[in-house]
Amino acid sequence: MTETTLTARAGTPEAPGAPGAPGSVGRRTSRARWMRRARRHGPVWVPWLFLAPALILFLLFKFIPMGQALVMSFQDVQPFLGNQWVGTANYETLVGSPDFQSAVWHTSILAVGQTAGSMFLGFTLALLLEGQAKRLWFVRSAAFLPVVAPMAVIAEVWRIMYHPTSDGLANQIIGWVTLDPSQWINSPDTSLWSVMIVGIWRGAPYDMIIIVAGLVSVDRSLYEAAALDGAGILQRIRYVTIPALRPVIVILLTLAAIRGMRVFTEVYLLTNGGPNGSSEVVMTLIYKLGFERGDLGVAAAGSVVLFVATVLLTLLVQFARRRDR
Amino acid sequence: MSRVRRAGVNGGDGLDSALGLGTSSRPWIRALNYAVWAIIIVVFAGPLVAVVAGAFSGSRDPSQLSIIPADPSLASFSAAFDRGVLRYLANSLIVVGFGLVFQMIVSVFAAHALARKRFRGSAIAMLLVLSTMMLPEEILAIPLSQVLADVPFLGFNLINTLPGMIVPIVAWGFSILVMTEFMKEVPAELEEAAKIDGAGEIRTFLFVVLPTCTPALGVIGVFGFNMIWDQYLLPLLVASDSSMFTLPLALRTLRADPEVGLGVVLVAATLALLPAVIAFLCFQRSFMRGLSSGAVKG
Repeated sequence: MTETTLTARAGTPEAPGAPGAPGSVGRRTSRARWMRRARRHGPVWVPWLFLAPALILFLLFKFIPMGQALVMSFQDVQPFLGNQWVGTANYETLVGSPDFQSAVWHTSILAVGQTAGSMFLGFTLALLLEGQAKRLWFVRSAAFLPVVAPMAVIAEVWRIMYHPTSDGLANQIIGWVTLDPSQWINSPDTSLWSVMIVGIWRGAPYDMIIIVAGLVSVDRSLYEAAALDGAGILQRIRYVTIPALRPVIVILLTLAAIRGMRVFTEVYLLTNGGPNGSSEVVMTLIYKLGFERGDLGVAAAGSVVLFVATVLLTLLVQFARRRDR
Repeated sequence: MSRVRRAGVNGGDGLDSALGLGTSSRPWIRALNYAVWAIIIVVFAGPLVAVVAGAFSGSRDPSQLSIIPADPSLASFSAAFDRGVLRYLANSLIVVGFGLVFQMIVSVFAAHALARKRFRGSAIAMLLVLSTMMLPEEILAIPLSQVLADVPFLGFNLINTLPGMIVPIVAWGFSILVMTEFMKEVPAELEEAAKIDGAGEIRTFLFVVLPTCTPALGVIGVFGFNMIWDQYLLPLLVASDSSMFTLPLALRTLRADPEVGLGVVLVAATLALLPAVIAFLCFQRSFMRGLSSGAVKG
């Protein structure tokens, strides 16, 4: 109920020049046009009334926090003592710290590896499971389960599978190809790669489903033509399938890369950045800085850096795609 | 690969896919096909099936996962209920129930304005919605925890309350955009006819607009459920003691507690997993439709 009263109150002032504006223009034609519109579409403030709940919530929980992050990033944040402006000191601390530098490096490796790995595996799966048959639909649904499963559950299963003794499932599997048992998430040498495997495992079925949907639109006669020209299967994929799917692949890669930059839950639950910071990513570092060390100013600076990186990457891709066309 | 190639080019009577697997009539190709499918199912669904099987298992070996429960028993369930897992489940259900209903209402309202109304500032409104896609909880985590402790203008403290986990996810850009795209495709004449018949703004909305977009409601419903059920960081910021934990949060605490066995963790994981899987299987058509339309665009 509070929601409705809020919208009613907030809808009116937000409406750009709702009742007064047309009259103030002072022309009969514009007034007549406005009346006509009002009769057809309802009063001018109606759309803003419909938008109000969403916009108010966005203001409170998206835009104000973002503004606050910006402000905090230039302050020494001391709860109950009052914040002090410190200029760019937080950014200097952050960028100068080896923790942050290695976190950026780890995040990049993880983002690139997961994005590329998911795409490769997803594409392969899509080629294997393409088609309309009921059986294929069943296999695709089963393979898609990791995407819908909560990340927290996935992290717990993989922790069990990564059990570092030779009885652990992952160690048994690599034992089949006569590899020695690995420490997986428990060793600084393998922790980041172990997290990446989980990310690929979860990301690939998602890419698969989107690519399967895209494959439907590939012109079948091109396959025939390519086969008649003596193109082998790899050439067919290279010259027919991939070009047709290019827009889909670009979007999937972009989305995955942007998501990869702010990876948190899987790292937090699998390794929490350890051992010895070997799998620390930007978000787990920000979380630790903010909530464990109480360094809110530096943590906010990290959030702003992450945000700017996300925006830059998005704009870059948009720009590249526009030039592409 | 070379085997597959020959089948595709020579064995088939028409290529209907890149690999040409479906068209092959040779028995050993089909057998190979089934083997590949089995491997795919085991790799991707196996670990999740093992969670459920483990919850029903009586065995206590922390390194073993099995697709069939060894020594089936419900002992883990009663142990889990003693640990308050039902409380976590209830919290999760409350958050997803209220969150989803409000999220869908807010999305439908906003989409109705964005898709139908031509008004001054509509481009700005669209831009505002789009820009929130670049402001996920992760980026806002630090200030969000402060905003939740003292909501601007209203002064509520939502820390350690369930509304604190619900309110921030009620407005979701993705959901609004998918709904908007869909509503744009519904013919405007329907609404105009209703207006001419004298139906007001609210009546038109409720009885003409909403019924025409039930498929889209399915899409934003299933995506919204998935998004809220998978929330981790936001509950982590909000819940300060275990009575407010949702199931995903509780998993970590249960696992870290040496007195709690693996069975209890797996029961909690099962309870967190099954609603997501069931929602996906029931609304699969909506899910796939959303993926192939909105998800790629958004």
